[in-house]
Amino acid sequence: MTNLRIERLSKTFGSFTALDDVSLEIPTGKFVCLLGPSGCGKTTLLRLVAGLETPSGGRVLVNGEDQTQVPTHRRDMGMVFQSLALFPHLDVAGNITYPLAIRGADRASREARAEELLELVRLPGMGARRIDQLSGGQRQRVAIARGLAIDPKVFLLDEPLSALDAGLREHMQIELRQIQQSLGVTTIVVTHDQKEALTMADLVIVMKDGVIQQAGAPMEIYRNPANAFVAGFIGTTNLLPCAIHDGAIELLGARLPIVEGDRVGVDHGAAQLSVRPEHVAIMPAGEGAIEAEVTFVRDLGESRHVLLQASGQEVIAQLTPETQASYRPGDRVSLDFRPGERVVVA
Amino acid sequence: MSDGAEMRATPGWVALWPALMLAIFFLVPFGIMLAVSVSHRDPAGAFIPGFELTHYARFLSAFFAKVMAVSVGVSVAAAAICVVLAFPFTVFLASMSHRTQTVALVVLLSVLSLSEVIIGFSLSTLLSKTAGISNLFYWLGLISEPQAYTPSLFALVTGLCYIGFPFAVLVLYPPVSRLDPEIVEAARVMGASASRAFFGVVVPNLRGAIVGAFILVFVFTLGSYLLPQLLGRSEDWTLSVHITDQAIYQTNLPFAAAMSIFLMLVALALVGLASLAGRQRRAA
Repeated sequence: MTNLRIERLSKTFGSFTALDDVSLEIPTGKFVCLLGPSGCGKTTLLRLVAGLETPSGGRVLVNGEDQTQVPTHRRDMGMVFQSLALFPHLDVAGNITYPLAIRGADRASREARAEELLELVRLPGMGARRIDQLSGGQRQRVAIARGLAIDPKVFLLDEPLSALDAGLREHMQIELRQIQQSLGVTTIVVTHDQKEALTMADLVIVMKDGVIQQAGAPMEIYRNPANAFVAGFIGTTNLLPCAIHDGAIELLGARLPIVEGDRVGVDHGAAQLSVRPEHVAIMPAGEGAIEAEVTFVRDLGESRHVLLQASGQEVIAQLTPETQASYRPGDRVSLDFRPGERVVVA
Repeated sequence: MSDGAEMRATPGWVALWPALMLAIFFLVPFGIMLAVSVSHRDPAGAFIPGFELTHYARFLSAFFAKVMAVSVGVSVAAAAICVVLAFPFTVFLASMSHRTQTVALVVLLSVLSLSEVIIGFSLSTLLSKTAGISNLFYWLGLISEPQAYTPSLFALVTGLCYIGFPFAVLVLYPPVSRLDPEIVEAARVMGASASRAFFGVVVPNLRGAIVGAFILVFVFTLGSYLLPQLLGRSEDWTLSVHITDQAIYQTNLPFAAAMSIFLMLVALALVGLASLAGRQRRAA
C-alpha cells in the first residue's frame, strides 16, 4: 500500500523545461493517468518517479520517504515500457521472474509466482514460450506480469498500449483496469489517448508544457474543464469566444442567462464558452437564441454530427439516433446551448 | 499451385554466379594447395607432382606442435583482449551523440588504412630502449633505467590487438546500436544494479555479436606473418611465419602447403567450437 507524493518537482534538459514545479498527491491504490500531448512532460514525470531521471528540483516521496537519493534498482517499482523491453534471451517465465531472480528468490517460488502471474494475465501454461513466439497482445500481458512480479510499491506504465491495434487496445484497457482493481496496486499510466485515460483512471492528470492543467476524476474533467486546453483536449467540444456580463453569457449576438448547473469560471469580461456537441440543440429558424446555417452532415453510425456556421463561428451539434429531423447543407436553423451544461473558461 | 514457379522473383540459374565465383576464387586454389601439399619437393625448383605424405609427417613433431600452440594461443589472446576492450567501448560509443559516433568510427576506420609494416615498425620504435616509452617512465622516475619491451610476446600481442580492435568494434557496432536502451532501463527498474544489468542483460543479448567479433579477430590475426617477425622473439613466431619461411626462403612449397592446411583445419575447428558455444547459450 503506497502513498506517492510529488513535491515541487522540476526537470530541465539544457534550456528545455520538461517539468515545471509540479506537485501532486496520489493516494494508495488509485489508478492515475498522466494525459497530455507529446512533449508535455508526462513521461519525464513517470521516469522521475522510477528514478530513471534525476530531478532538477523538488522530490518524490513514497510513503513519506524521500526517494531522491535512492537508486532506481532499490525503489521496488514495477514498470511497463513503451517498447515493452522484454528480454529476448529469456523465455516468458524467465522474463516474468527476472525481478525475483535478482532478489535471490529460489527456483520453486519463482516457478509458482510465474504461473500465478500468467493466470492473472490470462496466459496460463505459456511460461516456456520464447518472446519471439508471442503476438503483440501476449507480449503486452507478459510485460504487465513482469511489472507486477514483486508486488511493486508503484506500478508505472509508459504508453503501454500504443503498439496494439484499436480493438485489442480497448480490450486491454479494460483488462488492465480489472487487474489493477483486483490487486489494489497504486498505478500511474502515461498516455496521450484521452479515451484510454477516461476508461481506466480514478484520477486523470492533464498536462501541457510541463505543467499540470487539471487533476480530477474522469467525468469531472469532462464535465468541468478548468481551462480551454482541457476542454478541447478531453472529448470533442465547441469553443466559442464569449463575454460575461450581468449574469449572462453573451455570444454570437445572443444573450444566454446563466442558470443553475452552468459552470462559469469567469466573473466578468471576455472568456470562452465550451459546449459539448451533445448539448447543442437544433430547432427551426427563429425558435432558438442563435441563428445558424447547416454546412455539412456527418453520419457516424451511432450518432450524426451536424456542422453549422453561426456568425462566422463553426459549431458542431450531435444528434441522437432517435432524432427524426434531417438536415441538408444550406438549411437555415437556430441553435440553443442546453442550460445547465454550459462551461465558461478563461 | 501451377503459377507458384512464375511468382518466384529470382530464377534459379542466378545462383550459378556465386557458385562460379566460389569455385574460381576458393575451390580451385584450395585444390591446387592440396595437390602441392602431397607432391614431391624439388630443392632446385618448386615441386614435382606426385603423392607422398612426408610433409604431413614432418609437421607432426614436437617443434611444430609448439609452433601451432603459439599461433593459436597468440591469436586467441589477441581476440579475447580485443573483444574485452571493444565491447564496453562500443556500448559506450553507441550512447554518445551521432556526431561523436561518426568521428570515432572514422578514426577507427583510418587505422585500417595503415599497413602492417608501418604498425610493426612504429610499435617496435615505441617499445624500444633508445626511443621508446620506457624513457618516459624513466624520466618520471618509475623505473631505474630505460629498457626494451620489444621483441617480446607482449609487443606481439599489443601489435595484433592494435590491428584487431577496429575490426572488433565494426562487428559489434551495428547490433550494439540496435539494442533497445529500454531493456537496460527495464532491468534497472526491476532491481538490477548497473553492472548486473550489463552482464545479465546486455552481454547475453549480444552474445552472437561478441562471438562474431572474437572469430573475426582470431582468424585475422592467425594469418599475420609480419608482426611476429617485427615484434616477437623467434620462439614467438607463429605458424604463418614458418609457412612464409618455407614457401619463400626454403623453397619448400609442399611443406608450406601442408602446414597451411593444418592451420586452416585448426582455425575451422576453433571457429566451429566458438559459434557452437554462442548458439548453445542462446538456446538455453
